[in-house]
Amino acid sequence: MDKFTSLTGVAAPLAMANVDTDKIIPARFLKTIKRSGLGEHLFADMRYADGGAEQPEFVLNRPEYRRAEILLAGENFGCGSSREHAPWALLDFGIRCVIAPSFADIFHGNCFKNGILPIILPPEVCARLMDDAAMGDNARITIDLSRQVVIAPDGEEIHFEVDAFRKHCLLNGLDDIGLTLAHAPAIDAYEAQAPAWQPVISGI
Amino acid sequence: MTSSRTLFDKIWDAHVVERLPDGTCVLYIDRHLVHEVTSPQAFEGLRLAGRPVRRPDATIAVADHNVPTEDRSGGIAEPESRLQVDTLVQNVAEFGVPYIPVTDARQGIVHIIGPEQGLSLPGMTIVCGDSHTSTHGALGALAFGIGTSEVEHVLATQTLLQKPAKNMLVRVDGVLPDGCSAKDLILAIIGKIGTAGGTGHVIEYAGAAISALDMAGRMTVCNMSIEAGARAGLIAPDQVTFDYVNGRPFAPKGDDFAKAVDYWRSLPSDPGAVYDKTVVLDAATIVPQVSWGTSPEAVMPITGVVPDPAAEQDAARRAQLDQMLHYMDLRPGQPLAGLKVDVVFIGSCTNARIEDLRAAAAVAAGRRVAAGVRALVVPGSGLVKQQAEDEGLDKVFLDAGFEWREAGCSMCLGMNPDRLTPGQRCASTSNRNFEGRQGPRGRTHLLSPAMAAAAAVTGALTDVRELA
Repeated sequence: MDKFTSLTGVAAPLAMANVDTDKIIPARFLKTIKRSGLGEHLFADMRYADGGAEQPEFVLNRPEYRRAEILLAGENFGCGSSREHAPWALLDFGIRCVIAPSFADIFHGNCFKNGILPIILPPEVCARLMDDAAMGDNARITIDLSRQVVIAPDGEEIHFEVDAFRKHCLLNGLDDIGLTLAHAPAIDAYEAQAPAWQPVISGI
Repeated sequence: MTSSRTLFDKIWDAHVVERLPDGTCVLYIDRHLVHEVTSPQAFEGLRLAGRPVRRPDATIAVADHNVPTEDRSGGIAEPESRLQVDTLVQNVAEFGVPYIPVTDARQGIVHIIGPEQGLSLPGMTIVCGDSHTSTHGALGALAFGIGTSEVEHVLATQTLLQKPAKNMLVRVDGVLPDGCSAKDLILAIIGKIGTAGGTGHVIEYAGAAISALDMAGRMTVCNMSIEAGARAGLIAPDQVTFDYVNGRPFAPKGDDFAKAVDYWRSLPSDPGAVYDKTVVLDAATIVPQVSWGTSPEAVMPITGVVPDPAAEQDAARRAQLDQMLHYMDLRPGQPLAGLKVDVVFIGSCTNARIEDLRAAAAVAAGRRVAAGVRALVVPGSGLVKQQAEDEGLDKVFLDAGFEWREAGCSMCLGMNPDRLTPGQRCASTSNRNFEGRQGPRGRTHLLSPAMAAAAAVTGALTDVRELA
């Protein structure tokens, strides 16, 4: 996983509530066995017409947002399926940070596993940043994870909360599995005290 | 830790391997269910890191999302679907993971076969790379969906790094009226609390109306917890649960079963246990539900009319309603009853158990699918299909003009060839009515199996109570 320390970039405004993971990446694009290459299908049903032509009015098709690295979204972003293809598609497109008033739980957790920082800010602050982002690619937003601030185009610093452990992993690009395997003796001990009646799977 | 604990607290505490200083827990996972869509990248990660699967004997794999539900003797025609299933077959062989082949009678939707085989048991922690893992909470297990990175984490360590969720109680008093099922109950709950109503919480369902449900109904309720935004749904294990589990292939046997039941009886929430949030409903007020919009919270009684966005004060919310009505091709004030449908889908991890098929067959019996309507019945597993055939339900459906299919996820999300075409309107027993969920530009109305059968035979959304 790539580290996330700080980022200055264009923010694309997607002013919709309850954007579900089927919208972020429709199920028909989940047939891949890779993590990469999903960016072209990001928001496919909103981004492309039936024949595959771009919908020019969709935010990520507008020239000023084609290289957006930050997404400003509405409440309950990422609801629905657990598909990690949603953050993979965002990442492959180039999005490293999503700012919203609230996120669905599984999507929120999946972002951190892929070097994407999901930031929760109050609705009125998101609305203000959404207005800033609507100004196009001159309005750059900065995210400083170590100081936990979003810096708006006018220089205003907005503090955000982030789980300390997840912040540590993002800042250092740490692999969770490696960290957990350091607890292997405790896992061994836990398994050793499991009740004897607990069945194991054999003979399928 | 307080002395009074909830069901969730007890299962959580029993699975904490280690509590880290910031409150993150190394949580032990008893059962890991694996399917073909969310696992290839996880196995690839293990391969690249040279890591084995820690507990193949706690892991079970099955292909369900991509599998065709027509004749499978010729394999899978669609190359990408075939590759994903073939990749699962290769991965389970390489890593020694138990696997139920597509041609096995026990194959089916992972959330149907877990309970069916006794692989999912009360008190367990159960995960799967699929949000509807919440289904297994009906057994009194802590069961939740995870992303592929976490699938890899569980394969490698048999644990997850997690912080405990908050506790939410949804208590449903009273008795469900005739014509209403567990599906109507959970749709009404989602309509009340909203799609983010459970965010950050595990919902425990309790009350007389929940206790009165059979296991199939309890699974339907817990299944859609994720549509209320909750991480998981739970129902306290009781005699109904123990009777269901007893004798299933992978459940404990004999003396072990007695010991297990002793433990399971200790799990229900203590009197005085505190919940962060409580919602109370009266089952008697529920009427058959149907969704009208593109979010599971956009649901109402079949006796209702399409809401008017103009009545909504909040501009963003109003725009969302406008978009839903536009997408669904509905007008404000239009009655839901009588709305013509093109397709009826009876299936999915929400409603493809034998009890669901019986409920649909009871309505279909002696009637005909309306002209111009395509109606599919897709059993949740090969064993559900066999049982239905033993009971003659296949004949009821076929005589009525339904298609009788092989088991799989099918038209719930259209990863296999079962898909809506643009503009088609579908009465569906599945769990999500998102834009494009059942096929690009398809329109989904969520409802119960009995209501779906009623729509099939009348060709329109219909109050099933009027067909009695």
